[in-house]
Amino acid sequence: MELVVFVLAAAMILVGAVGVIVRSNPVHAALSLILTLFGVAVMFVAQNAHFLAAVQVIVYAGAIVVLFLFVIMLLGVDRSEDLSTEPFKVQRPLAAIVGLGLVGLVVAAVVSSRDAITARGDGLNVADAIGDGDTNIKQLARSVFGDYVVAFEVTSVLLVVAVVGTVLLTRRIKGSGKDS
Amino acid sequence: MSFLAAATPTTTWYLILAAVLFGIGAVGVLVRRNPLVMFMCIELMLNAVNLSFVALAKKMGDIGGQTTVFFVMVVAAAEVVVGLGIIVSIMRRRPGATADDISALKG
Repeated sequence: MELVVFVLAAAMILVGAVGVIVRSNPVHAALSLILTLFGVAVMFVAQNAHFLAAVQVIVYAGAIVVLFLFVIMLLGVDRSEDLSTEPFKVQRPLAAIVGLGLVGLVVAAVVSSRDAITARGDGLNVADAIGDGDTNIKQLARSVFGDYVVAFEVTSVLLVVAVVGTVLLTRRIKGSGKDS
Repeated sequence: MSFLAAATPTTTWYLILAAVLFGIGAVGVLVRRNPLVMFMCIELMLNAVNLSFVALAKKMGDIGGQTTVFFVMVVAAAEVVVGLGIIVSIMRRRPGATADDISALKG
Protein backbone atom coordinates (compact mmCIF):
# COMPACT_ATOMS: atom_id res chain seq x y z
CA MET A 1 0.00 0.00 0.00
CA GLU A 2 2.78 2.35 0.95
CA LEU A 3 4.55 1.40 -2.27
CA VAL A 4 1.46 2.20 -4.36
CA VAL A 5 1.17 5.63 -2.73
CA PHE A 6 4.85 6.28 -3.31
CA VAL A 7 4.75 5.25 -6.97
CA LEU A 8 1.62 7.28 -7.74
CA ALA A 9 2.88 10.41 -5.95
CA ALA A 10 6.31 10.07 -7.55
CA ALA A 11 4.66 9.82 -10.96
CA MET A 12 2.64 12.97 -10.21
CA ILE A 13 5.76 14.82 -9.09
CA LEU A 14 7.92 13.83 -12.04
CA VAL A 15 5.25 14.33 -14.72
CA GLY A 16 4.45 17.75 -13.28
CA ALA A 17 8.11 18.75 -13.00
CA VAL A 18 8.87 17.73 -16.58
CA GLY A 19 5.74 19.57 -17.64
CA VAL A 20 6.99 22.77 -16.03
CA ILE A 21 10.16 22.79 -18.09
CA VAL A 22 8.85 21.52 -21.44
CA ARG A 23 5.51 23.32 -21.74
CA SER A 24 5.80 26.32 -24.00
CA ASN A 25 2.76 28.09 -22.53
CA PRO A 26 3.45 29.59 -19.06
CA VAL A 27 -0.12 28.86 -17.94
CA HIS A 28 0.35 25.17 -18.69
CA ALA A 29 3.68 25.27 -16.84
CA ALA A 30 1.94 26.75 -13.78
CA LEU A 31 -0.73 24.05 -13.90
CA SER A 32 1.97 21.37 -14.13
CA LEU A 33 3.55 22.98 -11.08
CA ILE A 34 0.28 22.42 -9.19
CA LEU A 35 0.47 18.71 -10.06
CA THR A 36 3.99 18.53 -8.62
CA LEU A 37 3.01 20.42 -5.48
CA PHE A 38 0.08 18.09 -4.83
CA GLY A 39 2.37 15.10 -5.31
CA VAL A 40 4.76 16.54 -2.73
CA ALA A 41 1.81 17.05 -0.36
CA VAL A 42 0.92 13.36 -0.72
CA MET A 43 4.54 12.50 0.09
CA PHE A 44 4.33 14.71 3.19
CA VAL A 45 1.29 12.77 4.43
CA ALA A 46 3.12 9.51 3.77
CA GLN A 47 5.99 10.80 5.93
CA ASN A 48 3.80 11.80 8.90
CA ALA A 49 4.00 15.54 8.15
CA HIS A 50 0.27 16.18 8.13
CA PHE A 51 0.40 19.86 9.01
CA LEU A 52 3.01 20.56 6.34
CA ALA A 53 0.89 18.74 3.77
CA ALA A 54 -2.04 21.05 4.55
CA VAL A 55 0.23 24.11 4.40
CA GLN A 56 1.69 22.84 1.14
CA VAL A 57 -1.75 22.70 -0.48
CA ILE A 58 -2.96 26.00 0.97
CA VAL A 59 0.17 28.14 0.60
CA TYR A 60 1.88 26.64 -2.45
CA ALA A 61 -0.94 25.32 -4.59
CA GLY A 62 -3.41 27.87 -3.29
CA ALA A 63 -1.50 31.12 -2.92
CA ILE A 64 1.78 30.92 -4.80
CA VAL A 65 0.52 29.33 -8.00
CA VAL A 66 -2.46 31.69 -8.05
CA LEU A 67 0.02 34.54 -7.72
CA PHE A 68 1.97 33.13 -10.66
CA LEU A 69 -1.17 32.82 -12.78
CA PHE A 70 -2.24 36.31 -11.76
CA VAL A 71 1.10 37.78 -12.89
CA ILE A 72 1.00 35.76 -16.14
CA MET A 73 -2.43 37.21 -16.93
CA LEU A 74 -1.43 40.70 -15.77
CA LEU A 75 1.61 40.75 -18.05
CA GLY A 76 -0.25 39.16 -20.95
CA VAL A 77 2.34 36.45 -21.54
CA ASP A 78 -0.29 33.71 -21.58
CA ARG A 79 0.60 32.52 -25.05
CA SER A 80 2.98 29.89 -26.26
CA GLU A 81 6.62 30.76 -26.69
CA ASP A 82 8.77 29.45 -29.47
CA LEU A 83 11.00 26.92 -27.76
CA SER A 84 12.54 25.54 -30.92
CA THR A 85 15.05 28.34 -31.46
CA GLU A 86 18.02 28.41 -29.16
CA PRO A 87 20.38 31.41 -29.11
CA PHE A 88 23.27 29.40 -27.72
CA LYS A 89 23.70 26.10 -29.52
CA VAL A 90 25.46 24.31 -26.69
CA GLN A 91 23.18 25.49 -23.90
CA ARG A 92 20.73 22.60 -23.82
CA PRO A 93 23.33 19.80 -24.04
CA LEU A 94 25.38 21.55 -21.37
CA ALA A 95 22.31 21.97 -19.15
CA ALA A 96 21.48 18.29 -19.58
CA ILE A 97 25.03 17.33 -18.64
CA VAL A 98 24.97 19.62 -15.60
CA GLY A 99 21.58 18.27 -14.50
CA LEU A 100 22.55 14.63 -14.94
CA GLY A 101 25.84 15.24 -13.14
CA LEU A 102 24.05 16.96 -10.26
CA VAL A 103 21.51 14.15 -9.90
CA GLY A 104 24.21 11.51 -10.25
CA LEU A 105 26.38 13.04 -7.56
CA VAL A 106 23.50 13.48 -5.10
CA VAL A 107 22.19 9.96 -5.73
CA ALA A 108 25.68 8.54 -5.26
CA ALA A 109 26.04 10.44 -1.98
CA VAL A 110 22.60 9.30 -0.77
CA VAL A 111 23.16 5.66 -1.67
CA SER A 112 26.65 5.49 -0.23
CA SER A 113 25.57 7.08 3.07
CA ARG A 114 22.23 5.30 3.49
CA ASP A 115 23.41 3.45 6.58
CA ALA A 116 24.97 6.52 8.17
CA ILE A 117 21.61 8.15 8.96
CA THR A 118 20.44 7.03 12.36
CA ALA A 119 17.67 8.12 14.68
CA ARG A 120 18.78 10.80 17.08
CA GLY A 121 15.61 12.60 18.24
CA ASP A 122 12.68 11.51 20.35
CA GLY A 123 10.78 10.28 17.33
CA LEU A 124 7.82 11.76 15.54
CA ASN A 125 4.49 11.47 17.27
CA VAL A 126 2.04 9.79 14.96
CA ALA A 127 -1.73 9.64 15.24
CA ASP A 128 -2.60 7.15 17.94
CA ALA A 129 -5.28 4.52 18.16
CA ILE A 130 -7.94 6.65 19.83
CA GLY A 131 -8.21 8.82 16.75
CA ASP A 132 -6.31 11.84 18.00
CA GLY A 133 -5.12 13.03 14.60
CA ASP A 134 -3.40 16.25 15.64
CA THR A 135 -0.34 14.87 17.39
CA ASN A 136 1.90 16.02 14.53
CA ILE A 137 0.52 19.55 14.82
CA LYS A 138 1.10 19.59 18.58
CA GLN A 139 4.66 18.38 18.26
CA LEU A 140 5.43 20.84 15.46
CA ALA A 141 3.87 23.68 17.47
CA ARG A 142 6.04 22.87 20.48
CA SER A 143 9.07 23.03 18.23
CA VAL A 144 8.10 26.25 16.41
CA PHE A 145 6.92 28.13 19.49
CA GLY A 146 9.54 26.63 21.78
CA ASP A 147 12.98 26.04 20.33
CA TYR A 148 12.54 28.22 17.26
CA VAL A 149 10.38 31.05 18.58
CA VAL A 150 12.94 33.76 17.74
CA ALA A 151 13.14 32.58 14.13
CA PHE A 152 9.34 32.52 14.02
CA GLU A 153 9.17 36.15 15.14
CA VAL A 154 11.81 37.13 12.59
CA THR A 155 9.74 35.60 9.78
CA SER A 156 6.94 38.03 10.63
CA VAL A 157 9.37 40.91 10.03
CA LEU A 158 10.43 39.24 6.77
CA LEU A 159 6.84 39.03 5.54
CA VAL A 160 6.18 42.69 6.34
CA VAL A 161 9.39 43.73 4.57
CA ALA A 162 8.43 41.61 1.54
CA VAL A 163 4.97 43.16 1.28
CA VAL A 164 6.21 46.74 1.70
CA GLY A 165 9.06 46.12 -0.75
CA THR A 166 6.73 44.73 -3.38
CA VAL A 167 4.35 47.65 -3.06
CA LEU A 168 7.25 50.06 -3.49
CA LEU A 169 8.68 48.09 -6.44
CA THR A 170 5.51 47.93 -8.47
CA ARG A 171 4.19 51.39 -7.66
CA ARG A 172 3.84 53.91 -10.45
CA ILE A 173 5.04 57.33 -9.42
CA LYS A 174 2.41 59.95 -10.21
CA GLY A 175 3.24 62.71 -12.65
CA SER A 176 6.46 61.26 -13.98
CA GLY A 177 4.78 59.59 -16.92
CA LYS A 178 4.79 56.01 -18.14
CA ASP A 179 8.52 55.50 -17.83
CA SER A 180 8.72 56.21 -14.13
CA MET B 1 1.73 -9.43 -5.43
CA SER B 2 3.74 -10.46 -2.39
CA PHE B 3 6.56 -8.42 -3.88
CA LEU B 4 4.38 -5.32 -3.69
CA ALA B 5 3.47 -5.99 -0.07
CA ALA B 6 7.08 -6.64 0.88
CA ALA B 7 8.67 -3.58 -0.73
CA THR B 8 8.07 -0.47 1.34
CA PRO B 9 9.66 2.78 0.24
CA THR B 10 12.60 3.66 2.42
CA THR B 11 14.10 7.06 3.11
CA THR B 12 16.63 6.45 0.33
CA TRP B 13 13.81 6.29 -2.21
CA TYR B 14 12.47 9.64 -1.08
CA LEU B 15 15.92 11.20 -1.17
CA ILE B 16 16.58 9.91 -4.69
CA LEU B 17 13.20 11.24 -5.83
CA ALA B 18 14.06 14.61 -4.28
CA ALA B 19 17.41 14.58 -6.09
CA VAL B 20 15.71 13.92 -9.42
CA LEU B 21 13.16 16.68 -8.77
CA PHE B 22 15.98 19.08 -7.89
CA GLY B 23 17.82 18.12 -11.08
CA ILE B 24 14.73 18.77 -13.22
CA GLY B 25 14.34 22.18 -11.58
CA ALA B 26 18.01 23.03 -12.13
CA VAL B 27 17.82 22.05 -15.81
CA GLY B 28 14.68 24.17 -16.13
CA VAL B 29 16.43 27.25 -14.78
CA LEU B 30 19.28 26.65 -17.24
CA VAL B 31 17.23 26.08 -20.40
CA ARG B 32 14.17 28.33 -20.05
CA ARG B 33 14.26 32.01 -20.98
CA ASN B 34 10.94 33.21 -19.61
CA PRO B 35 11.67 34.67 -16.14
CA LEU B 36 8.31 33.44 -14.82
CA VAL B 37 9.03 29.84 -15.79
CA MET B 38 12.54 30.10 -14.37
CA PHE B 39 10.91 31.18 -11.14
CA MET B 40 8.62 28.15 -11.17
CA CYS B 41 11.70 25.95 -11.57
CA ILE B 42 13.17 27.54 -8.45
CA GLU B 43 9.98 26.50 -6.65
CA LEU B 44 10.55 22.96 -7.91
CA MET B 45 14.02 22.96 -6.36
CA LEU B 46 12.70 24.33 -3.06
CA ASN B 47 10.09 21.56 -2.99
CA ALA B 48 12.73 18.93 -3.66
CA VAL B 49 14.71 20.12 -0.65
CA ASN B 50 11.55 20.25 1.48
CA LEU B 51 10.81 16.65 0.52
CA SER B 52 14.25 15.50 1.62
CA PHE B 53 13.93 17.44 4.89
CA VAL B 54 10.63 15.72 5.68
CA ALA B 55 11.97 12.29 4.75
CA LEU B 56 14.99 12.79 7.00
CA ALA B 57 12.80 14.09 9.84
CA LYS B 58 10.90 10.81 9.72
CA LYS B 59 14.06 8.74 9.49
CA MET B 60 15.90 10.54 12.29
CA GLY B 61 12.85 10.94 14.48
CA ASP B 62 13.49 14.65 14.82
CA ILE B 63 10.70 17.21 14.40
CA GLY B 64 13.33 19.86 13.60
CA GLY B 65 13.28 18.82 9.96
CA GLN B 66 9.60 19.64 9.69
CA THR B 67 10.14 22.95 11.49
CA THR B 68 12.78 23.81 8.89
CA VAL B 69 10.34 23.05 6.08
CA PHE B 70 7.83 25.36 7.76
CA PHE B 71 10.34 28.21 7.69
CA VAL B 72 11.39 27.39 4.12
CA MET B 73 7.75 27.73 3.08
CA VAL B 74 7.47 31.16 4.73
CA VAL B 75 10.66 32.36 3.07
CA ALA B 76 9.54 30.91 -0.27
CA ALA B 77 6.27 32.83 -0.04
CA ALA B 78 8.14 36.10 0.68
CA GLU B 79 10.60 35.34 -2.11
CA VAL B 80 7.82 34.74 -4.63
CA VAL B 81 6.14 38.02 -3.69
CA VAL B 82 9.33 40.05 -4.11
CA GLY B 83 10.45 38.18 -7.23
CA LEU B 84 7.13 38.59 -8.99
CA GLY B 85 7.13 42.28 -8.02
CA ILE B 86 10.52 42.67 -9.70
CA ILE B 87 9.35 40.76 -12.79
CA VAL B 88 6.21 42.92 -13.04
CA SER B 89 8.21 46.14 -12.83
CA ILE B 90 10.70 44.88 -15.46
CA MET B 91 7.98 43.65 -17.81
CA ARG B 92 6.12 46.93 -17.51
CA ARG B 93 9.15 48.75 -18.81
CA ARG B 94 10.16 46.16 -21.42
CA PRO B 95 7.22 44.02 -22.51
CA GLY B 96 8.16 40.54 -23.58
CA ALA B 97 11.58 40.64 -21.98
CA THR B 98 13.40 37.34 -21.58
CA ALA B 99 16.29 36.53 -19.29
CA ASP B 100 18.69 37.49 -22.09
CA ASP B 101 17.27 41.00 -22.36
CA ILE B 102 17.68 41.81 -18.67
CA SER B 103 21.30 40.83 -18.38
CA ALA B 104 22.50 44.35 -17.60
CA LEU B 105 21.75 45.87 -14.22
CA LYS B 106 20.73 49.23 -15.54
CA GLY B 107 17.41 50.83 -16.28
